[in-house]
Amino acid sequence: MRRLPTLASLLGVAGVLAVLPFLLSAYHVSLVAKVGIFFIGVLGLNILTGYTGQISIGHGAFMAIGGYTTAVLSRDHNVNLVVTMLAAFALCFVFGVLVGLPALRFSGVYLALVTFALAVSVPQLPLKWSKFLGGRDGVQTSRTVSHLWLYGAAWTTSAILFVLAWLILRGRIGRAFRAVRDSEIAAVASGVELPLYKTLAFGISAAYAGVAGSLFVLATNGFAAPDEFGVVLSLELLIGAAVAGLGSLWGILAGAAFVGLLPAVSTSVPVIGSEHGRDVVFGAAVIVVMLLLPDGFAGLLAGIRRRLARA
Amino acid sequence: MATAESSPGFRSRGTDVGSFPVVVALLVAAAVFLVVGSLRSATFAQLTVQGLALGAVYGSLALALVLVYRATRVINFAQGELAMATTYIAWQLVQWGLSYWEAFFARLGIAFVHGLVLEVVLIRPVLHRSAIAAVIVTVGLFILVDGVVNWLWGGGFRALPPPFGTKIYHIGSVAIARLYVGMIVVVLVSVVLVWVLFRFTKLGLGMRAAALRPAEAALVGVRVDRMLAIGWGLATVLGAVAGLMAAPSQYILDPTLMQPILVYAFAAAVLGGLESPTGAVVGGLIIGVTLNLIVQYVPAITSELQLPFAFAVLIIVLLIKPSGLFGHREVRRV
Repeated sequence: MRRLPTLASLLGVAGVLAVLPFLLSAYHVSLVAKVGIFFIGVLGLNILTGYTGQISIGHGAFMAIGGYTTAVLSRDHNVNLVVTMLAAFALCFVFGVLVGLPALRFSGVYLALVTFALAVSVPQLPLKWSKFLGGRDGVQTSRTVSHLWLYGAAWTTSAILFVLAWLILRGRIGRAFRAVRDSEIAAVASGVELPLYKTLAFGISAAYAGVAGSLFVLATNGFAAPDEFGVVLSLELLIGAAVAGLGSLWGILAGAAFVGLLPAVSTSVPVIGSEHGRDVVFGAAVIVVMLLLPDGFAGLLAGIRRRLARA
Repeated sequence: MATAESSPGFRSRGTDVGSFPVVVALLVAAAVFLVVGSLRSATFAQLTVQGLALGAVYGSLALALVLVYRATRVINFAQGELAMATTYIAWQLVQWGLSYWEAFFARLGIAFVHGLVLEVVLIRPVLHRSAIAAVIVTVGLFILVDGVVNWLWGGGFRALPPPFGTKIYHIGSVAIARLYVGMIVVVLVSVVLVWVLFRFTKLGLGMRAAALRPAEAALVGVRVDRMLAIGWGLATVLGAVAGLMAAPSQYILDPTLMQPILVYAFAAAVLGGLESPTGAVVGGLIIGVTLNLIVQYVPAITSELQLPFAFAVLIIVLLIKPSGLFGHREVRRV
């Protein structure tokens, strides 16, 4: 019975998301689809940073790998787009584990900077191997999708991955993740195999980012270009995770909406003008939200819940 | 780790004695290699000096990052953008009639106040409330400063007057721009001043105490809050030096000026060990020289691969020595 309010609010959100495409214009539908894409990315990052305590500023790199997987498979072999998303998931899982291996030696800030290196380096690679990866011009998928297809795909995938994350995190694996986050030494002493769970968290998290990257490419008219996957994307994911609140699944929608909607909405700021107005508003909003809610929206929700319980 | 045993209750910061001579020996070997190479080839010598100049800029920004990290355990993502804003404010001051050097010193004063105010207003409220809130605030600041500068001064060509003239020194067949010599000298002087401040003044002692043992420092009367704010101010000044030295070598001002430099400064700070001011400067010089030489002499590393290559090397160094070249191994008590 304790889970009833949670279940009801989840169904409520799902219901609203199901109805939205019939109420909004095409432009707004694609905006909300973009929120869905960020939802997946932020969810993945939260599994790593929030639940396992490993800060990554490089998840944009995994999104790039996922996105290029989709674009190249579609261009060269005309593979079904949904299949390419599965391929992106699998490939990024492998890459995530590979990055997780050296990351076993690093912790805290060092790890953050190593992943930052990843975010900076990966977008350079298409420029070097331009025959295969399209260089600065990018790679175009053989098929583009409608905004409704994208909306459906983004939110269906979000729902599936959300349930998957919930299942993973509530059980044995999630407990091990949290133990690693709270104290590595205590976790090892209680029999948690550190290398296994740290790399597993990296793999799962990267796989999520990979799927987000696939959808991200489809959202930009099936176009994978290096500039789309710059450091800013990695920072946006981290901002999303912080605004959502680390170590909780319940603020992620707010975090995703924050990074997905705000930059787009704030282009029409008066006085400052279009393009730079976006940066001014977005940057200021990030600072204000962090000052007001250091623990993100999840922290806010937890506070409200505590207050209700006391009343 | 004898210190850990002799002073129970304190987190040991003893140097990793075993590898320190090795690091020094490697650095000396690298220096000998550079000198020998420079004597044999004029191109090599020119690339080395240019690399040292760029490396000095990376090093001073890295030093700014290290000061902030030591004081508040925060990686300041906005450090580069603040330095970039500095170059535009200096340009504005020059427009208002100041000379380059008047604007330079005026700017350092403004930067100090900026850093101070940022720490007090934006960082302190979130510092110990959440794991990454303070870092995210600096990320927000990065975006905000970028937006504001683009909005106020974006578009159009703006240039700072050349601070060291355009003279070129000729030593034998080696041509060295006075600019590069000036960059190296200015950065080294400011680094030495910071070192003197930390090593020989009461203020510096207070700042070190506040950074390393805040609780104990407060007990003996150090104003910890004030010291941390001054630390941020000082870091912002060093960043401003980096920005003002980087800008003339690019000829025109550019809002993205400091972004690649910030990336290299991160690499330099980590290479040096994040807590070591010497390490940051040495790290910056190593990265500047290595990148400049590698692109010229190793054909496989084209300019697109410069960054990935730099980070590949950084990660290998960290795998061998996880706390950087000059870092201390942390001994944690459970």
